[in-house]
Amino acid sequence: MNREELLVAAIENGTVIDHIPTSKVFEVVNLLHLSEVKTSIMVGWNLKSHKMGRKSIIKIADKYFSDSELNQLSVVAPNVSLCVIKDYQVVEKKQVVIPEELRGIVKCANPKCITNNEPMATLFHVTNKERGIIQCAYCEKEQSLDHVELV
Amino acid sequence: MAEKRSLVTIANLTRDKIMYLIEMAAEFEKHPNRKLLEGKVVATLFFEPSTRTRLSFETAANRLGARVIGFTDPKVTSSSKGETLKDTLMMVSNYADVIVMRHYLEGAARYASEVASVPIVNAGDGANQHPSQTLLDLYSIYKTQGTLENLHIYLVGDLKYGRTVHSLLMAMRHFHPVFHFIAPTELAMPEEYKLYCEKNGIQYVEEQRFDEKSIAEADILYMTRVQRERFTDLMEYERVKNSYILRASMLGRVKPTMKILHPLPRVNEITYDVDDDPHAYYFEQAHNGLFAREAIICDVLGISLEEVKADKTILG
Repeated sequence: MNREELLVAAIENGTVIDHIPTSKVFEVVNLLHLSEVKTSIMVGWNLKSHKMGRKSIIKIADKYFSDSELNQLSVVAPNVSLCVIKDYQVVEKKQVVIPEELRGIVKCANPKCITNNEPMATLFHVTNKERGIIQCAYCEKEQSLDHVELV
Repeated sequence: MAEKRSLVTIANLTRDKIMYLIEMAAEFEKHPNRKLLEGKVVATLFFEPSTRTRLSFETAANRLGARVIGFTDPKVTSSSKGETLKDTLMMVSNYADVIVMRHYLEGAARYASEVASVPIVNAGDGANQHPSQTLLDLYSIYKTQGTLENLHIYLVGDLKYGRTVHSLLMAMRHFHPVFHFIAPTELAMPEEYKLYCEKNGIQYVEEQRFDEKSIAEADILYMTRVQRERFTDLMEYERVKNSYILRASMLGRVKPTMKILHPLPRVNEITYDVDDDPHAYYFEQAHNGLFAREAIICDVLGISLEEVKADKTILG
């Protein structure tokens, strides 16, 4: 374990989300509803990273997420590393996978779409996983995951 | 209650379902006046004005014996007070057996079909879908050509914003058409629809020329309006505005069975001397809208083709 990582205390049990682009930390916090979590959370912000230059890391104690919760991160940070920690050991590593559909996460880019004009959840179908193309289930307009805005 | 069957889009209808609706429309053409919907209430909610579509739907409902409620101007409704679409639909669902809705927002029809407890018929949602127009186009093509298979369909004019041409393209994917896209560069068929053609094995040809020779092979000439407000470059508009006008003098070499369609309203893209030509079909096409809409309303209400054929309520 390198010194940078020790800046953020190790957790006994829980989830570590590493290699988060620093600009995306708050989006990750929002997507996983971390503000509602009652256990300890440590955020390492703007840490040096060989791979990324600068990165951020979030460690959430005593909390595990379902794959579908974690896969929501594909919208903002598809390349994060996810580690499941038990008894200070990494027991499982996970990759974020783009899900088949995104419900209530992404805003439709079409201002004339019904979802931007009614109090309702958005729904997108992922039409091309490789290129990250999603299609609004309502107005049928396509957009790229690179340019999405969260609700 | 029977399964709720809304008509939101034509894009996901199967080939069988399209043929089924065409056959039902043909039954209604034989006998348009019936009491099949006696006791039913059809609501027509027009959040955006569309006289032609609304009159056609209301005529369809009336000729089948239903009663019609609704509004033609949302200014008179609570949506102008800030009521959500959902609340309006929940309220109308209590009164009507089916809701025919035109809305200016895209995706409104799908949302309506999710929240309303009665079937929704999409009478146009923004630039998105207008399935009853597509069904009447398909019915008109079938009626005049005797088939939907292997036809050369020429789409002319505004192929960029024209939602009717996009829906027609998608609905025809089952029938091996060859499309000819004839449009100025600024209004050319968008890439996404060309991609759709490639994915679905639809053949197409793109051309800018529009004259007697270029339309000689057409089975269907589907004209649309080139609107000035669509152009960012008005010089370009001035240059092309007269290039996509169909004149009677251009019809010398066309196939005898060729028919000219237009979703209407027409402005100047078909000159009036074409109206008397036997190839002109746009007014009959609008008339076919009545039969197509009678079929749509009955279908979403769960009335089958067999029931329509066995119907004993036909009025003389």
